[in-house]
Amino acid sequence: MISAVILYFIASKFKVYEDPRIDEVEEALPSANCGGCGYPGCRAFAEAAVKEAKENKSIESLFCPVGGNDVMKTVGSILGLEVKEQEPMIAVIRCNGSHTNSPSKVQYEGATSCAFAHALYGGEGGCQYGCLGLGDCVDACDFDAIHMNPETGLPVVNNKCTACGACVEACPRDIIELRKRGPKERRIFVSCVNKEKGGPAKKNCAVACIGCGQCEKVCKFDAITITSFLAYIDFQKCTLCRKCVEVCPTDAIWEVNFKPRKPKEPKPEASADKETKQVAEVTEKTAVVKDKEQQKEKKEEPKENKE
Amino acid sequence: MTGRLKTFTLGGIHPEENKLSAHVPIEVLPVPKQAVIPMGQNLGAPSKPVVGRGDQVKVGQLIAEASGFISANIHSPVSGKVLKIDNILDASGYKRQGIVINVEGDEWEESIDRSDNIVEEITLDAKEIIDRVKQMGLVGMGGATFPTNVKLMPPPGKVAEYLLINGVECEPYLTSDHRLMLEKGKEILIGTKILMKALNVKTAIVGIENNKPDAINHMTELAKGFEGIEVQPLKVQYPQGGEKQLIKAVLNREVPSGKLPIEVGCVVQNVGTAYAVYEAVQKNKPLIERVVTVTGKGVRKPSNFLARIGTPIKDLVDAAEGLPESTGKIINGGPMMGKALTSLEVPVVKGSSGILLMQENESRRKPESSCIRCSKCTYVCPMGLEPFLLARVSRVGNYEMAEREMIMDCIECGSCQYTCPASIPLLDYLRLGKTMVGAIIRNRKKN
Repeated sequence: MISAVILYFIASKFKVYEDPRIDEVEEALPSANCGGCGYPGCRAFAEAAVKEAKENKSIESLFCPVGGNDVMKTVGSILGLEVKEQEPMIAVIRCNGSHTNSPSKVQYEGATSCAFAHALYGGEGGCQYGCLGLGDCVDACDFDAIHMNPETGLPVVNNKCTACGACVEACPRDIIELRKRGPKERRIFVSCVNKEKGGPAKKNCAVACIGCGQCEKVCKFDAITITSFLAYIDFQKCTLCRKCVEVCPTDAIWEVNFKPRKPKEPKPEASADKETKQVAEVTEKTAVVKDKEQQKEKKEEPKENKE
Repeated sequence: MTGRLKTFTLGGIHPEENKLSAHVPIEVLPVPKQAVIPMGQNLGAPSKPVVGRGDQVKVGQLIAEASGFISANIHSPVSGKVLKIDNILDASGYKRQGIVINVEGDEWEESIDRSDNIVEEITLDAKEIIDRVKQMGLVGMGGATFPTNVKLMPPPGKVAEYLLINGVECEPYLTSDHRLMLEKGKEILIGTKILMKALNVKTAIVGIENNKPDAINHMTELAKGFEGIEVQPLKVQYPQGGEKQLIKAVLNREVPSGKLPIEVGCVVQNVGTAYAVYEAVQKNKPLIERVVTVTGKGVRKPSNFLARIGTPIKDLVDAAEGLPESTGKIINGGPMMGKALTSLEVPVVKGSSGILLMQENESRRKPESSCIRCSKCTYVCPMGLEPFLLARVSRVGNYEMAEREMIMDCIECGSCQYTCPASIPLLDYLRLGKTMVGAIIRNRKKN
């Protein structure tokens, strides 16, 4: 009884005042505790949001990628603030080195961990920038949004992606990038991160970016930059005109969720189109020839395995 | 060799020795047509090229210089024209900076003494010796490739009492150190004397495992002529060639966790390094060639080659009469600690002690099953760690616990994985954990 009284007094004396809005904000959040916002869990985010609202009268620096604009609006209304809409994002895999595009030259045997394999060697296909295909990103995803495609050996992101960035952190090769989801889920990006010169890059992978610069030339919006033989499309500047996709000789630039292109009617443009197609065909052929050569080599030199 | 032989006390295993090339004399390999010299041949910072494309170089000419305290000079192992400085595939499995030289003839720098006569008298003083060793780009030849000159300069307040010469060669298959001791024993002992002078130590002990009785006898005979050098036969046990294990075996001293051997008054050098020191100091010859064992059960002619640095491994394999059909894995180094190669174009570097061609049937890993808590890995761990636990915490990413459980003490000897009845890739996860914890510690130091 006495200790109860003492405890009561101690509790009331040392009571910590907590803004009730923290609880409210936390309630509104998705409780995924993914850390995508940069805070260790939803509670910490709620605390930070209330603190920001008090101090700066704005919560623009904070964004819950999982809840998106709807949740941020609710949070804003709780705190009595306007929230700017942000573009929804999605994780994209910037590698297309599938089993067919980048045939295995060696065989990996060891711990199923990209981080470990990355410390060990370049990769089965020989590209030292490409996807290792051991699924660290899949393990990192809390939202069941990324899976390995056994046919290609590459991860695939589905629409459940909340852009929390866990896979971006997990990838030892920085292949995964968060990009704008785009209108009607339409996106264009360079599906390659190989920084080697064109020759060696192409040798290991048929769809590698060779840094030829054609896309940079054709882009009217300065959205494409080439650094160390690798093109990068700035998604803030890109208008999804698809010109770069057409000119890319190695099909390294990917378009997602676009309707199939209509055959072009005006003659001069059509011929230009043909040319690019021919180039594409030629490169495909050479790729096939190279594949054969590689297979021959493989027969001569038995598999060299990775420990 | 009566009574119980010395060895280290904690853990250890005894894999099949398979020293196939132990009786094959060292053969000088012809100079390659093209030499590829990676810049990152030593532990620490990679070297910086000092030659440009199109430059003519001679054997022994400096082509890349050390770019930090823990770094080493690189000298041209061949004479010819620099074709390019480009990213080339090295044993790490990655393309790194390297110099490619098209070989033209075999013209040596005049300052190098190429005669066969043995120079016994040591004219340089300690400081000059260390400078020479640094200048000649010497690194530890046992495989870790730690710059030798750094080892010869004990940090202030620390004094070396003993110099241990590591002739253990505990890795199965490898015989390069064994052959070197038999054929260049005297040079090794002179090299040891030079190292003793540089370190100012009175006693040097050459540790040799008991599976090389010919080398023990030969070295003991020769050591009679050198004051202060003893030969210590050791019981055969892997990984006795590890610095810490060797010190424990020979002197019964234990190096504290996270510390260097100098903490207990020891400096350990490989026999190959001692030989290189002899050549550098007495013959003015930089580290441009080394003995490489090419071996394996399927190899037609297991051999020991004296190969120039930068020789493609393909040349070595060809000289051993070609790649056997049954080859499943090509390993750079020994079977326990070596690393599989992805290409035969990879060049010989300062740290390559052997090329092991493993047969398909023995190279396959068994499928992994669950840990049955048999504690064999803990029993064999020469560092007294718990590999099953460390592997587990590394696997789930609990690096704080891995650090608490002393993962950084792991010497990556592979005894745990060798002995695991469930074929769990323990070492893989330990290496992963070590890399991660190492990065965390470095970050902490920075902040």
